[in-house]
Amino acid sequence: MTLTALAERPSPRKPITADQLDLKLPDELIVAGVERIRECIQCGTCTASCPSGRRTAYRTRLLMRKTLLGLKDDLLKSLDLWLCTTCYTCYERCPRKISTVDTIITLRNMASAKGFMIPRHKEISKQLIEKGHLVPINEANIKRRAELGLSELPPTVHSHPEALNEVKKLLQLTGFTKLVEG
Amino acid sequence: MSTLRYAFFLGCIMPNRYPGLESSIRRVFKELGIELVDMKGASCCPAPGVARSFSFDAWLTLAARNLSIAEEMGLDVVTGCNGCYATLREVSHEYHAKERIREKVNSYLSQIGRSFNGKIQAKHVLEVLYFDIGVENLKKFIKKQLNLRAVVHYGCHLIKPSNKRPWMESVERPRFFDELVEVTGAKSVDVKDKYMCCGAGGGVRSGVIDVALDITREKIENAYASKADCIVNACSFCHLQFDLGQVEINKARNTSYSMPIIYYTQLLGLAMGFSPKELGLHQNFISVEPLLKKIGTA
Ligand code: SF4
Ligand code: SF4
Repeated sequence: MTLTALAERPSPRKPITADQLDLKLPDELIVAGVERIRECIQCGTCTASCPSGRRTAYRTRLLMRKTLLGLKDDLLKSLDLWLCTTCYTCYERCPRKISTVDTIITLRNMASAKGFMIPRHKEISKQLIEKGHLVPINEANIKRRAELGLSELPPTVHSHPEALNEVKKLLQLTGFTKLVEG
Repeated sequence: MSTLRYAFFLGCIMPNRYPGLESSIRRVFKELGIELVDMKGASCCPAPGVARSFSFDAWLTLAARNLSIAEEMGLDVVTGCNGCYATLREVSHEYHAKERIREKVNSYLSQIGRSFNGKIQAKHVLEVLYFDIGVENLKKFIKKQLNLRAVVHYGCHLIKPSNKRPWMESVERPRFFDELVEVTGAKSVDVKDKYMCCGAGGGVRSGVIDVALDITREKIENAYASKADCIVNACSFCHLQFDLGQVEINKARNTSYSMPIIYYTQLLGLAMGFSPKELGLHQNFISVEPLLKKIGTA
């Protein structure tokens, strides 16, 4: 699944047609907890605060506008959705107190459910499923731990196989495993 | 005074990539009389950027499982990673705020024979040092004043979202971490975009690394412009992004950045008289020798 830059699609020169709009999208976000989403006044404070937007074509305000318009397909397929570092600067500064980050997280959940995930994100998620750690231990760090007088394996799931089974079961029950492994 | 005891939540990056940070927290806390008890069988928090972005339910449930381990121990949790802090705190918040979240969490957890009842809190290492010990008290443990110029990097999730954080300070210009750093004798320097993100969060490091590293590059440039000797951080992920990140930037852009990166309890540990080795400072990718030379510990 290839993701494309949000700013490129649809072309600003092409008119948006009704069939591109999913008018239920704002309500889906409200149900997910972004109660104030319709309060957005498109002031652009979010964009002006954004460390990612400072160096890419990603625009938080544009994402908010597209969400309110219901350009769901376009949003979920866009790579720009994945450029937010969740730094919460826009969230803190939004004059309408809109949960911008929760908007982004909710859209990302929708995108993931449809299979729009960055391949590298799937890879690291597999580590979580197999090892219970997104970043598991390796040989070099077993040595580094020993050098510091720490246990070679940390006292986490790495040292407790029965605990790892609990994690695996929860990842299955919540649908995470299916999401990643298909 | 009753002794301070916490369940120590490690996460992934601290124990599995930068064990020096773990070592420094364990040693410094012991010296301060804070007991850390291991959380047997804890997992990834899981990360608030990546895991939460893919599946809110998986993120919520795994975090609640981690919290349930500490609850079983009857202890509040302490973590030294801003990402873990964000996850554990936000999940506690969700749990207390919403009935449907409580039901969801426990319907999943009951299937592995666990439950979470929201009886414990998650705190950050800095929170314990700042509120439980206090800046004035910390001064009594300082054996050596560090003559350093430091960029103090808070990291986003230490302070934001501010309505779910304990600091009671302006989120635009907080001071508590600067105060903690200045206890060691180091000077917290003025620096452009001091409170800007390290670049790693939200799955950007794993997903679109060029963007993550470009944010990091800007932070490093600003640190050089402020004539700093080091960047002090309080998050294993920020630490990795600044330290390993400089190696990655140098490789990708043919630059030669070498700004020393130091985690707060490593800095405090040096001022308390621990050796750089005990604190794992030699395990950074970017050498901290210039900094050790300056303070006369090399
Ligand atoms: S800062 Fe808030 S109100 Fe302004 S454009 Fe962004 S989301 Fe809308
Ligand atoms: S939270 Fe995301 S969208 Fe908002 S300013 Fe930070 S990186 Fe940009």
